[in-house]
Amino acid sequence: MDAAMLMATARRVLEQLRHDHRSVGLILVVPALLLTAVYFLYENETLLPGQPRTFDRVGLMMLVIFPFVVMFLVTSITMLRERTTGTLERLLTTPVHKADLLFGYGLAFSIMAALQSLVATAVAYWIFGLAIKGSPGYVVLIAVLNAVLGVALGLLCSAFARTEFQAVQFMPVVVVPQILLCGLFVARDRMNEVLEAISNVLPLTFSVDALQEIAGNEAATERLWQDAGIMAAIVLGVLVLAAMTLRRRSA
Amino acid sequence: MTHSAAAGNGIGTAGVAVSARGLQVIRGKIPVLRGLDFEIPSGRITGLLGPSGSGKTTLMRAIVGVQVVSAGTVQVLGLAAGDPALRHRVGYVTQSASIYPDLSVEANVRYFGAMHKKKKADVAEAIAAVGLDQLARRKAADLSGGQLSRVSLACALVAHPRLLVVDEPTVGLDPVLRAELWERFRAMADSGTTLLVSSHVMEEASHCGTLLLLREGELLAQLTPAELSLRGRSQDLEKAFLAIIRESEQRVDALDGKVL
Repeated sequence: MDAAMLMATARRVLEQLRHDHRSVGLILVVPALLLTAVYFLYENETLLPGQPRTFDRVGLMMLVIFPFVVMFLVTSITMLRERTTGTLERLLTTPVHKADLLFGYGLAFSIMAALQSLVATAVAYWIFGLAIKGSPGYVVLIAVLNAVLGVALGLLCSAFARTEFQAVQFMPVVVVPQILLCGLFVARDRMNEVLEAISNVLPLTFSVDALQEIAGNEAATERLWQDAGIMAAIVLGVLVLAAMTLRRRSA
Repeated sequence: MTHSAAAGNGIGTAGVAVSARGLQVIRGKIPVLRGLDFEIPSGRITGLLGPSGSGKTTLMRAIVGVQVVSAGTVQVLGLAAGDPALRHRVGYVTQSASIYPDLSVEANVRYFGAMHKKKKADVAEAIAAVGLDQLARRKAADLSGGQLSRVSLACALVAHPRLLVVDEPTVGLDPVLRAELWERFRAMADSGTTLLVSSHVMEEASHCGTLLLLREGELLAQLTPAELSLRGRSQDLEKAFLAIIRESEQRVDALDGKVL
């Protein structure tokens, strides 16, 4: 590991994004717009006294699902391009360490994710009055962790795709099951045993659990930190797997 | 290892930058390089010439250390090809420009320079060396094909490699740029850099100190341009190369005749 090479890589990735105004716009604005749609979707629901709004539950979960999906897509396409244009092979002939490359990517995209979730969380909290007991700062933290998870999985999946078309097809395989089983549609304790068991090991499940801790408690609970810790460990594990797919020598 | 000892001594005395023994590469059951033995002198331009599909790029990849080798050894600057210590000393420029099209010329060179701990001055020097100082702030995607390949070259020059491996650098360049590039290579060789430059245009052979002639994964000959025109009985290096190919085919036919 070499901090200078890691920072140079993060800077390069951000510089590439900076030239792409449309992508930056999409990353920053789309989550807030979709959140607005969800708010008006449930605008006229009739609530019993004391019953929480659906927006408070669904909107909150969307705040962490967006960065996960967007960063997964952005990373897998960027990394695939790096493989097909020969820049990755060229980099691997230089003294750069694989970890500098991967963590450089992770750093650059988590900065983008932090900006994205700041915008989306601000909109949800201040404009639509998202009701959570805990601090919205923790929501941003969990959102960034999810973004890094998306980056890590994107890096790994790009190794198994030869074209950008294939890379996009990994989204239904890797991302959709996690969204289906994370507790957004059906509470996890009401799932059948098989689905619940699968749900128990999917990374997104831990972030949804963490969000529920933030929504239900004013201070950060031990369980919140435990969930965040497990997420971080999974991210690290996936990054190590991704590093193993980077080969300096090929046939 | 006897090879490494020999190569190690070579650098101090006779000046051998690369030596290959029985180098064989098989890709998907098809032999791409069939047991090559050669040495590349240091501080000179060595031309790697042969028709397309003769294995030039694979040979270059083996020297840079990114190619899985089936058999044989390649020693580079006294170490096995691909040794981590060589990553600071060997530069590789692929045939198609491997750079980031969405970054400026300067940002590209700066990034690859950062991998070698190079500073701003080195970046500016490398960009000037390929004559792109006027375009340093332009986005690479807006440049022409010939300019792109020069950006790619600058990304290797910034590291000041001791061995520079360049794959078909003159494709798509006009005659003026081509002459400038060869001048550049000559100046680098004069200051001690070893260059291995591939081409499928035989007229470029005259710029090289020695030539490796490759055909269908086999080394036809290693000689100087003067020896090439002598052996091929023509001042025209293209014709001389063709004569050597024909000669080698006749030899193979004759051998086959004996076996039958």
